[in-house]
Amino acid sequence: MSRRLKQICCGSAVAMAASVLLLCIVLLTLTSTSVSGFNAEDVDWESLETPPDDRHWFGTDLVGRDLFTRIAEGGRLSLSIALLATGISVLIGVPYGAIAGYIGGRTDQLMMRLVDTLYALPFVLVVILIVVVVGRNTWALFAGLGAVYWLDIARIVRGQTLRIRNANFILAARALGATTPWIVFRHILPNVAGPALVYATLTVPGIILAESFLSFLGLGVQEPDASWGVLIADGTTTMESAPWTLLFPATFLAITVWSLNLLGDRLRDAYDPARVRA
Amino acid sequence: MILRRLSVLAVTFLAIVTLIFGLLRLAPGGPFDGERALPPEIEANLRAAYHLDEPVPRQYLRWLGNLLEGDLGPSFSQKDFSVNDLIAEGLPVSLTIGVLALIIALFIGVIAGTTAARHPGGMIDGLIMSVVSLGLAIPGIIAAPVAVLVFAILLQWLPASGIGSPAHYIMPCVTAALPYAAAIARLVRGAVAESLLEPHVLTARSKGLPELRILWRHVMPLAALPVVSYLGPLAAGLLTGTVVVETVFDLPGIGRYFVQAALNRDYTLVMGVAVVYAGMILIFNFLADLTYRVLDPRIRALA
Repeated sequence: MSRRLKQICCGSAVAMAASVLLLCIVLLTLTSTSVSGFNAEDVDWESLETPPDDRHWFGTDLVGRDLFTRIAEGGRLSLSIALLATGISVLIGVPYGAIAGYIGGRTDQLMMRLVDTLYALPFVLVVILIVVVVGRNTWALFAGLGAVYWLDIARIVRGQTLRIRNANFILAARALGATTPWIVFRHILPNVAGPALVYATLTVPGIILAESFLSFLGLGVQEPDASWGVLIADGTTTMESAPWTLLFPATFLAITVWSLNLLGDRLRDAYDPARVRA
Repeated sequence: MILRRLSVLAVTFLAIVTLIFGLLRLAPGGPFDGERALPPEIEANLRAAYHLDEPVPRQYLRWLGNLLEGDLGPSFSQKDFSVNDLIAEGLPVSLTIGVLALIIALFIGVIAGTTAARHPGGMIDGLIMSVVSLGLAIPGIIAAPVAVLVFAILLQWLPASGIGSPAHYIMPCVTAALPYAAAIARLVRGAVAESLLEPHVLTARSKGLPELRILWRHVMPLAALPVVSYLGPLAAGLLTGTVVVETVFDLPGIGRYFVQAALNRDYTLVMGVAVVYAGMILIFNFLADLTYRVLDPRIRALA
């Protein structure tokens, strides 16, 4: 496992670069205030909208807040939201797919038809509807993102479950009189957890993009909190006089998504035997 | 076969429309919960005028009836405009951007993907695929404002916002298309590289056919299949893209109304736009499905 992981993260120069960049960004988001010496809310009246200098490394925004610190804290929020929403999608998608795949027949058809129907809906639509219903707060965002992203995981898990549902150890459990919930939770879930986790990590960059999209439109994270999407939206309004307020958060978002995409693809190639090239 | 699929389409549409209605009825707060509280009598009158005092099933049937007649009701936040007016005004703008972006994405994606697949592992391949992986990491919310910064503010080549001339459409359409052009290029590269190894392509080559003809007649029909099956998600993605570019470039399309309506809790407008979006996506998926059947003889034989 750890050797495989090492191969994925450090196997090529590009992968190595992606891992290092990602690690730096994560460390930065965890240690922001102690590195820059500012708080994200601190207002520096002496320097409103100042370009990057040796005091404010990334400059300041319209009201004199240190951009470096805001980006670090915004990244912490963006990354935590993405991880939590991924967790929610796993919690919904894995049991759903396992139950549909194991029970099979009509139940399976009905459950997967629901997934197909939800698939036909664009994600913006669903999340914006949920945000309208639940109100604009970070928790609504979690619910919305998790509620949309479980679909892929449910499909993968169902496929995996179909492959093992007639394996000998399942038949043996059934012959011993094990109940369906017992079989699903004790025998199926542990065996489909691996692929499910791989696909869950693949959804993380997608969720980061989705969250920043919603926050950009004002439908996600709300002031005074700031995620990368909020910072990019702020930067868009001030880019004419202070282009750095747009360019720095945009660069951080793009680098993070790029690294996660790259590592995610390598992870999938390593774990999916069907995709291994001859 | 088509009739069966059409009836499935209708049922799905009904299910989605019901879901939208149900979700929005769950929403707390009404259109009259403004900052200035209305006297209760006046609010009761208003609620009665909009049929908000009726039981929910009655409201649902009334709404559904109106919907079938094509009437989406009055807007709760825009004075003097019905939802129909707003959609009729915004839809042409959004559709123009969406369709142009679709064409640009397909055009760039197919050409870049095919070029990369011609020499897998080569320098051109590496270059194109690096640009593609970058394109996938730069969403519209970055590409659109940065494009404004560079092309409108610094270079002053293109107008920064609004509509009026064809030049106004260049940046919105291209920035909305870019991530999907990258996704299509990746798909096409895989599909073309795979079909180039097929025996019938080898036969065509041994007959001495020109390379372009081989690509066009023998490789493309095979390679088109994954692209066609990607059209559904692509349409949904372009919809997201148009919402962003309409906001950044200040274009009067339905995406911007949708976001504003969501921020204002304008329920009828949110429902109206959501219904239009869902309808368009379903129809697009249906057409993509039909195209797939026409293109793939194996499925035609089964039907």
